[in-house]
Amino acid sequence: MKQLFAFIRKEFYHVFRDKRTLLILFGFPVVQIILFGFALSSEVKNIGIAILDNAHDVHSEQIISRINTSAYFQVKAPARGYKDIERRFKEGDIKCALVFPAGFGSDLYKTGGAQVQIIADASDPNTATTLTNYLNSIISNYQQELNPTAKLSYRIVPEMRALYNEEQNGSLNFIPGVIALIFMIVSTALTSVAVVREKELGTMEILLVSPFRPIMVLIAKAVPYLVLSLIDFIIILVLAVFLLNVEIKGSLVLIFAESILFIITCLSLGLLISNVTASQQAAMLMSMMGMMLPTLLLTGFMFPLENMPKPFQVASHIVPSKYYYSIIKAVMLKGLGFSYVWKETLILAGMATGLLFVALKNFKIRLS
Amino acid sequence: MSSVSVKNIVKTYGEVRAVDDVSFEVQKGELFGLIGPDGAGKTSLFRILTTLLLADSGTATVKGLDVVKDYRAIRNKVGYMPGRFSLYQDLTIEENLTFFATVFGTTIAENYDLIKDIYEQIRPFNNRRAGKLSGGMKQKLALCCALIHKPEVLFLDEPTTGVDVVSRKEFWEMLGQLKKQGITMVVSTPYMDEATLCDRIALIQSGKILSIDTPDAIIQNFPKPLFAAKSNHIYELLKDLRKEPGVENCYAFGEYLHLTLRSPEADAMSVMKMAGRHSGEGFEVKMVTPTIEDCFIRLMEKI
Repeated sequence: MKQLFAFIRKEFYHVFRDKRTLLILFGFPVVQIILFGFALSSEVKNIGIAILDNAHDVHSEQIISRINTSAYFQVKAPARGYKDIERRFKEGDIKCALVFPAGFGSDLYKTGGAQVQIIADASDPNTATTLTNYLNSIISNYQQELNPTAKLSYRIVPEMRALYNEEQNGSLNFIPGVIALIFMIVSTALTSVAVVREKELGTMEILLVSPFRPIMVLIAKAVPYLVLSLIDFIIILVLAVFLLNVEIKGSLVLIFAESILFIITCLSLGLLISNVTASQQAAMLMSMMGMMLPTLLLTGFMFPLENMPKPFQVASHIVPSKYYYSIIKAVMLKGLGFSYVWKETLILAGMATGLLFVALKNFKIRLS
Repeated sequence: MSSVSVKNIVKTYGEVRAVDDVSFEVQKGELFGLIGPDGAGKTSLFRILTTLLLADSGTATVKGLDVVKDYRAIRNKVGYMPGRFSLYQDLTIEENLTFFATVFGTTIAENYDLIKDIYEQIRPFNNRRAGKLSGGMKQKLALCCALIHKPEVLFLDEPTTGVDVVSRKEFWEMLGQLKKQGITMVVSTPYMDEATLCDRIALIQSGKILSIDTPDAIIQNFPKPLFAAKSNHIYELLKDLRKEPGVENCYAFGEYLHLTLRSPEADAMSVMKMAGRHSGEGFEVKMVTPTIEDCFIRLMEKI
C-alpha cells in the first residue's frame, strides 16, 4: 500500500513538472468550453440589420422599434438604397436587410395588404433561415396586435415550446459532448502515454525487475488520472454553470457516479492502448484517431446520428462516449433519474469491466 | 551452489542468433564480467537472467531459482541496472532514490551503509533533477537505486558506457567495495581494459562465448610471443607485414602494430628482418605482454 502511494505521488510529480501535460489537462477544457460556448455558437444574437425605410410612417417606425428591442437584432445605420445594402452585405456589416416600400402604411389600410421585403445573407443558410423566421414572427405579431378582433376564418396558430431548454441556450447541447471529449483526452490519451513513457525511458525494465507487482503499475498509473479527470470535470461544470448559465437539473451525485464509470472505461481503454504500443507517439496517435474522432463524430453531439448512413449508426453502438453523452444529457439537462438511464449505465459498466479485464490480462510482465 | 547458472541458452531474433548456446556459472561473491563488443548479445543475456526475456531454449537459474518459473522470487532478490540511463529525468536525486527504495519495500535509512560511499558523492546535488546530471553522476545514482534494496545478485549492463575515464575508474572502485560486502555481481562492458578488474570474465562475440576464465589465465593462455612494432609510416608497415608469409596476424593497436609470427620461437630480430625497408628511421619493435583485447582478437579470428 505504501508502495502504491509512493508510486502515485511520483505520478503527480510527472504531471506537475511537465508544462505540456498541464496545458492539456487544465488549458484544454477551459479553451474548449470558451470556444464552444462563445465562438462556435450556433445561436443567433445581435445580428446586424439595415433598414431601408421608404415609407416613414407610423407602422414602419413601429416595426423598426420592435426589431430594435429584440435581442436577436442590432439595427445599424439606415440604408440609403439598394446599392448601399449590397455594399454593406459585402463588407459584412449586416446579415440581413428589411425594405419598406413607399406608402407601406397607406397600402395596409387601403388595399388591406402591404408588402415588405426581407433580404438575408444566405451564405450561411442556417442563420439566414433563422433570421427570416425571427423577422417574420416580429412582423406577424405586430399585425395581430393591430387588429386583434379580426377573425380570419380557419386560422391555425402554432404554439411553440423548446422543452428542457426554454431559452434555447446552445451551451446545453455541447457541454456533455465536451465533457466526454475531455475524458477521452485526459483519461485515455494521457494515461496511455504515461505508461508507454516508462517503456520508452527504460524505467519499465527496472519496475518489472522489482518486488512491485506489475499490475500495480497499471493501477498506480490509473489513479492519478482518475483524480485529474474528476478535477477537470468539476472545472467544466463550474464554467458551465457560472459562465454559460447552464442549469444542472438532475442529481449531482448521479452525474458524478456516471462520470466515474465513464472515466474508468476511458482509463481501461488507455491502459489497453499502452499495452499494444511501444512509443509515446504511437499511443497518442492511436488515442486520437481511434478514440477522439469517433467521440466527435459518432456520439451525436456534433452531427445527429439519425442522419448518418446505416454503417455509421451501427458503428456508433461500440463508442462508449455515445452512452455517456446520452446519460449526461438526460440527467443534467432533463433532470431524469437513474431509472431512465440504467440501460446505458449497464452497457457502460459492461464495457468498462470488459476493457479493464482485457487490459490487465494483456499487461506484459516481460519485455516482448 | 553457484549464484548464477546458465546452461545452453539460445535466443534468436528472427534470423539473428543473439545468444548462441551460452553456458557459464557465477560463484557467490564473485565479480563476473561479460566482455564483448556492441551487439555481442550481452544485453539479451542480462534480460534473460533478470527474467525480462524468455530464452528460446536452455535453462538459467539465479540463486537456484529458475528464471522462467520462479521469476517473481528472482525479481525480489536481484538488482538490475539497465544499459541505458533508466531513472526518472524529471525527479530529483532524492526523489528517485526515495521512490525506488519505497517500491522495493525498504527505506534509504535501512540500507544506507550499503550506498553510503556512492551516495555521499552525489548528495550535494540532492535537489537536482536526474536529467540535469552528468554522465558519471547518473551512473552513481542508478547504482544507488539498484542497490537500495540490498540485492543478493547485482546485474550491471554496461554501467560505464558513455562515462569519462575518471568516473569509470571510480565506478569500478565502488564495485570493488561492494564485492567486499559479499554481493555477487555480473557486469558487462565493451571496454577490454576493464576486464582485468573482474574476478572472472567471459569473452563473448556474436552470441557465442569464446573463453571463460580469470583475466590472468586468459592472458597466460596466449600461445605465442606478441610483438609491438611501429615506424614513421605505420600504415605502410601494416600493409607490408601482412604480406609477409612468416607473419601470422598483424593489426593496429593504439600507436603500435601488434603481431604474432608463425614460428613460435621467433624474437624481435625476426620481426625487424621482416619489416625490411621500414627498419630504418623511427622503427621500433619489442615483445609485449598481451592484453585482454589481444586475446579477444586472437579468439575472435580463431587462429
